[in-house]
Amino acid sequence: MENEFLTDWGLTLLVFAPLIGAAIMAAIPRESEGSHKMVALATTLVTAAIGIWLFVDFDYDRAGDLQFVQDRSWIDLIDSRYIVGLDGLSLPLIALTLFIVPLVIIYSWNHIPEPGNPKAFLMLILILHTGMLGSFVAQDLILFFVFFEVVLLPMYFMIGVWGGPERQYASIKFFLYTLFGSALMIISFLALYFLSDTGLVPAALAETTTLGEHTFDMRALPAAVSGIASGTALWIFGGMFMGFGIKVPMFPFHTWLPDAHTQAPTQGSVILAAVLLKLGTYGFVRIAIPILPGAAMSWAPWIGGLAVIGIIYGALGCLAQTDMKRLIAFSSVAHMGYVMLGIATLTELGINAAVFGMVAHGLITGMLFFVAGSIKERYHTLEIRRLGGLLKQAPKMGWILGMCTMASLGLPGLAGFWGEFPAIMSAYNPAEGLNVELFRFYMVVAALGTVLAAGYLLWLYQRTTFGTPSEEFEDDPNIHDLGGPEMVAWVPILIAIVLFGVLPGLILDVTDPAISGLLAASLGG
Amino acid sequence: MLLNQFLLLAAILFCIGVYGVIARRNAVMVLMSVELILNAVNINLVAFGQLHDVTFGHVFALFVIAVAAAEVGVGLALVIMIYRNKRSVDLDQVDLMKG
Amino acid sequence: MIATLLSQFNMLAVESGGPVLESSGWLLENVWLIPLIPAISFVLIILFGKKAPKEGAEIGMVSIIAVLVLSFLTMTQWMSARDQAVPTTDGEAAVAVLDQAVGGSGEQAAAGDSVDDGAGETAQSFEAAVDAEGGESGQYLPVVRDTDWWSVGALTITVGTMVDGLTVMMLVTVGLVSTLVHLFSLEYVKGDTRFTHYYAFLSLFTSAMLLYVVSSSLLQMLVAWELVGLCSFVLIGHWWEEKANTDASMKAFLTNRVGDIGLLVGVTILIVTLGTSDVLEINRLALNGGTSHLVLLVASCCLMAAVASKSGQFPLHTWLPDAMAGPTPVSALIHAATMVVAGVFLIARLYPVFWEGLSIGTSSINLMAVMGGFTTIMAGALAFVQRDIKKVLAYSTVSQLGYMVMALGVGAWTAGVFHLFTHAFFKACLFLGAGALSHACHHSFDMKAEMGGLRKKMPLTFWTFILGTGALAGVPPLAGFWSKDELLAGAWAGQEQGYPIIFIMGCIIAFLTAAYMTRVIWLVFFGEYRGHDHPHDPPLVMALPLLVLSALAVIAGFFNLPHTGPFKNLPDNIAERFLHYVEPTYFEAFPVVKHSGFITWIALLSIGLGLLAIFTTSMYYKKCVALGVTELPNGLTKRNKLFAAGYKFLENKYYLDHLYTGIIAGGTKGVIARATNWFNSNVLDGIVNGAGRSAVAGGRWTYKNIDQGVVDAVVKGSGTGSSGVGQLLRGIQTGKVQQYGALLFAGVTVLAAVFIVVV
Repeated sequence: MENEFLTDWGLTLLVFAPLIGAAIMAAIPRESEGSHKMVALATTLVTAAIGIWLFVDFDYDRAGDLQFVQDRSWIDLIDSRYIVGLDGLSLPLIALTLFIVPLVIIYSWNHIPEPGNPKAFLMLILILHTGMLGSFVAQDLILFFVFFEVVLLPMYFMIGVWGGPERQYASIKFFLYTLFGSALMIISFLALYFLSDTGLVPAALAETTTLGEHTFDMRALPAAVSGIASGTALWIFGGMFMGFGIKVPMFPFHTWLPDAHTQAPTQGSVILAAVLLKLGTYGFVRIAIPILPGAAMSWAPWIGGLAVIGIIYGALGCLAQTDMKRLIAFSSVAHMGYVMLGIATLTELGINAAVFGMVAHGLITGMLFFVAGSIKERYHTLEIRRLGGLLKQAPKMGWILGMCTMASLGLPGLAGFWGEFPAIMSAYNPAEGLNVELFRFYMVVAALGTVLAAGYLLWLYQRTTFGTPSEEFEDDPNIHDLGGPEMVAWVPILIAIVLFGVLPGLILDVTDPAISGLLAASLGG
Repeated sequence: MLLNQFLLLAAILFCIGVYGVIARRNAVMVLMSVELILNAVNINLVAFGQLHDVTFGHVFALFVIAVAAAEVGVGLALVIMIYRNKRSVDLDQVDLMKG
Repeated sequence: MIATLLSQFNMLAVESGGPVLESSGWLLENVWLIPLIPAISFVLIILFGKKAPKEGAEIGMVSIIAVLVLSFLTMTQWMSARDQAVPTTDGEAAVAVLDQAVGGSGEQAAAGDSVDDGAGETAQSFEAAVDAEGGESGQYLPVVRDTDWWSVGALTITVGTMVDGLTVMMLVTVGLVSTLVHLFSLEYVKGDTRFTHYYAFLSLFTSAMLLYVVSSSLLQMLVAWELVGLCSFVLIGHWWEEKANTDASMKAFLTNRVGDIGLLVGVTILIVTLGTSDVLEINRLALNGGTSHLVLLVASCCLMAAVASKSGQFPLHTWLPDAMAGPTPVSALIHAATMVVAGVFLIARLYPVFWEGLSIGTSSINLMAVMGGFTTIMAGALAFVQRDIKKVLAYSTVSQLGYMVMALGVGAWTAGVFHLFTHAFFKACLFLGAGALSHACHHSFDMKAEMGGLRKKMPLTFWTFILGTGALAGVPPLAGFWSKDELLAGAWAGQEQGYPIIFIMGCIIAFLTAAYMTRVIWLVFFGEYRGHDHPHDPPLVMALPLLVLSALAVIAGFFNLPHTGPFKNLPDNIAERFLHYVEPTYFEAFPVVKHSGFITWIALLSIGLGLLAIFTTSMYYKKCVALGVTELPNGLTKRNKLFAAGYKFLENKYYLDHLYTGIIAGGTKGVIARATNWFNSNVLDGIVNGAGRSAVAGGRWTYKNIDQGVVDAVVKGSGTGSSGVGQLLRGIQTGKVQQYGALLFAGVTVLAAVFIVVV
């Protein structure tokens, strides 16, 4: 923390570095595709390097506190300030983002989807990058909202321009659905602002920043809105629930997800699954619950209920799918159900499990989409019925798919397990004040979901990978094993999946102080 | 007071202009009608300026005249372009803005 | 070979009762090395196996032999530590020596430790040792060494190793069988397209299984439990081109997953309510009122579901016979000797939880005993109707696993674990024998179509198979007799009360086992050869494991000779060695179980039942052989002849004839077994399949009607609505400037009117 430059400018640099890269790319003519790829990769690598620099400098003994905080005036008229900070809760998600995006760009090296134009495609990824990083470091509601929305547009274009045959429908559905949630969310944010009373903020905290009469400052809000009537708080929480819940997505707001995933280009699917969905769950943990703990208590049984419905429902949905990508998309609904169940318990264990689940799901499902994309590229179809014998035709890819399947169904020793099992564990003893019997019932249902998960994933694996190739693809020269960029992009993810599976403490040790801090400040304190 | 008469004149001019803009099919006639509308405004500006004994009205009227000159220039150029492309200045045939 | 040498070495150590190597606890502290070796081997084989001269098999062999050597060293260290702790007098005594042994090595470990924070690691064993020294006498502690894995809030999950008699026993068993299977596979799987892959997963399996048995933490056990399941999945589906094989592997994995619900929930309950993941601590708390009886009851019922799936107990046993689709050595290793006993091991490991939860000590009937008892009979009956020799052995495995669970259910801990030990050897011997048979007979396992009369053509296989069968059937003095007898006596004597119903079940299965194995022997080895190959004994690499295992099938039972009744005068260092070294004596965390001792009439009864079964079945098949058929047409004259040949004592020929061959053998073979088989394949399998099918149907229905019909329709509806409005408005966009102007003017006029009216 001695490094003053890092303390003052590190996070800002981190967030906006991709935009600088995008600006450079804008200046390069469209035809020189190679240099576009180089610039994009270099940008993400530089961003990652800044990130690593920050992580090295991060004080892990104080992982519960915000570090590298930058607090500057921004929109004085509404007391919105430019506040960014990094703590143990944001760190794993930032790391995930910094990790995935360069790999996506490497994968793009020879996988630019139709209709080409790498310049625009890669620039959109970089803009997305800024949006995602910004959302995870923002400590001001308006700032958060801006970043949250910045993410939408590039993704809309990625799906709408580079997507599959139904891309227009899917992109519009994605955009409108999320925007609808955002609208309710911003209303809640505004309500929080107008109802906040900065007089209630403890002096120690108030001294460190500049507070007006009202505030959007996430650090001050829990105290500042502690005087809100509980009925009002329920409505405000409801608005945020819609905003974040659609993004997660929670049952029954999930229908945009399968369409978006199915139509999106591989890179889009990977980013969507790996990082974008986490904005929703992150919002719950960072914003909704700490600021309105009382309302969270009242909402928790419903959230938990929707979460377990999502687990079972997503799994049943998977069983009915005939398209591989759509199946993986539906499995996201189920997996995010575990994350939301962990959050709904409002316990330290549950929320830690949720954060772990976010990272694990990001890695695993991202990886599954990578593989699905590569299969599509070779076979020109993802219809499960027509596939088969992948292990024969592309053995390495078959193995990798097998490993991801196992990780996704929660095999211990791989990352997926530590998102799933602790979430189930936490439901046995939810936070004080919640209905214990109800949550234990949720626990059993969630455990049942693991069987269904194994069912659909193994079924998928058996159909696509085992057996012998069907006649139409038997001698297809287009079908070959892993290529160079695929190898480079995938191996780090696979290593990460194993690493976190064996040493879950790597993430939990960082998140635990931050989450216990958030909970102690709101629920326990 | 004299103001009413001025305003009446301006209103009549304006109505003629509007009628011309909406009803005439010849593009040149439409442009001329626009001029009428602008001049109706000018009359109003000058009249109110005189009434309140301020110079804003006159200043704005002069502005409008200058802008109107430019507008006529651009407008006629457009009409010529349309004529060259369509061999006609009939506005009913010009529906390029239809989405 | 090394394996045999080591097994002799093992014998030596056991017989002499004293340490062969100089006493040192180093391995007891560093037992994590043992699972690590095959794990490294797995990685090496995956990465470099294809390029190695022997395609990776040599890496696997080296690693497994290293594991075996280390396992035996661990065993000797454990035994010497245990002996130092207990003086040779009858009573158990204090463990003053222990903290020297452990302490010395602890320092050594701490000094040479470079892995991770050595600070708190050895603390537990030190503390425990100190406690024990000051507390009750005669307690010999497991050596625990652990470190924090991860922690959240107040909950800390540890990871580490725990060595006690049970661990050591499993290490040796797994190491030994795995080594022999590695060796056997060299020839058996030779030339397979995925030879390298096969060895890689044998290594991974061995690693996971060893990790499982050395685990000190419940969560770590769960991890290893799932990993062995994964290896089982991969190896059953080894020939994945055939859909039948992948179906079998999926069935295995999914059935296990169903049981895993119980495991997840049970482990959750234990860890959350007791606040620790440490096995020893959980045991201690469970035994000493750390939580309510209800919690333990629920937890143990949940865990029983897991046991049922992994160890093939009713009603989740159906996957195990199907799992025979895998290569035969895999069946021997995974689906007979080691992985399937993971459930039994779980019970043995968490015995205090079950003891308290199911009230084993005080009841005369409980879930575990009944589940085990029912399974054993059900599966034993099923073994009669199989044509496939591997399926017979598979049902036999299910039956024997039921036996072990039953033993644990009546409180006969040592008997159950001892049966696990002996069963591993003779069942592996039988499976590898079946492998050798199929290797010789067209790669078929069909006893009726492809075998028969192999006694002369494959003498070595025949004799090893006979020894394995004898051990399984409980023929004295082979291994199975001793463990089975101990088990029956345990059921009879019970704890506070006897378990008479369970005892009767045990007697029935003693009869059935002998009968169905006799049937196999007759069908395979006697009569005329029915196949079209030229069967011959297997080559040395395959014969050697058979010989070693059959030798073990003979001698394994002597490790736990009884010390009461007719055996009262046996020297202390020979009798009850297994009990002495394996059964925990740390009564803080293990219930005080009553030992039944040797009950002569039970031994005679079980011998009698076994011989009777062998005899009646032999009579039946002797006739078949004479007729040159595999099944006897049930004529009356033949029954009379059968009687005349065999049953001179019996007065009512017809009745007894009918009873033995018609009702007992025929009824068992016909109605009961068929009904069980029907129930098995229609009801149980039907439920499993039906559940899968209806889940898909439900999924499809939900997707079609609710997801697409309702939820999605609402979303789409809002889209359609807005686009409809758009269509309406589109009409006014004509592109005509004048029309726009008119609209503009109209709008202005309206606004002006409004303005005037309002203002």
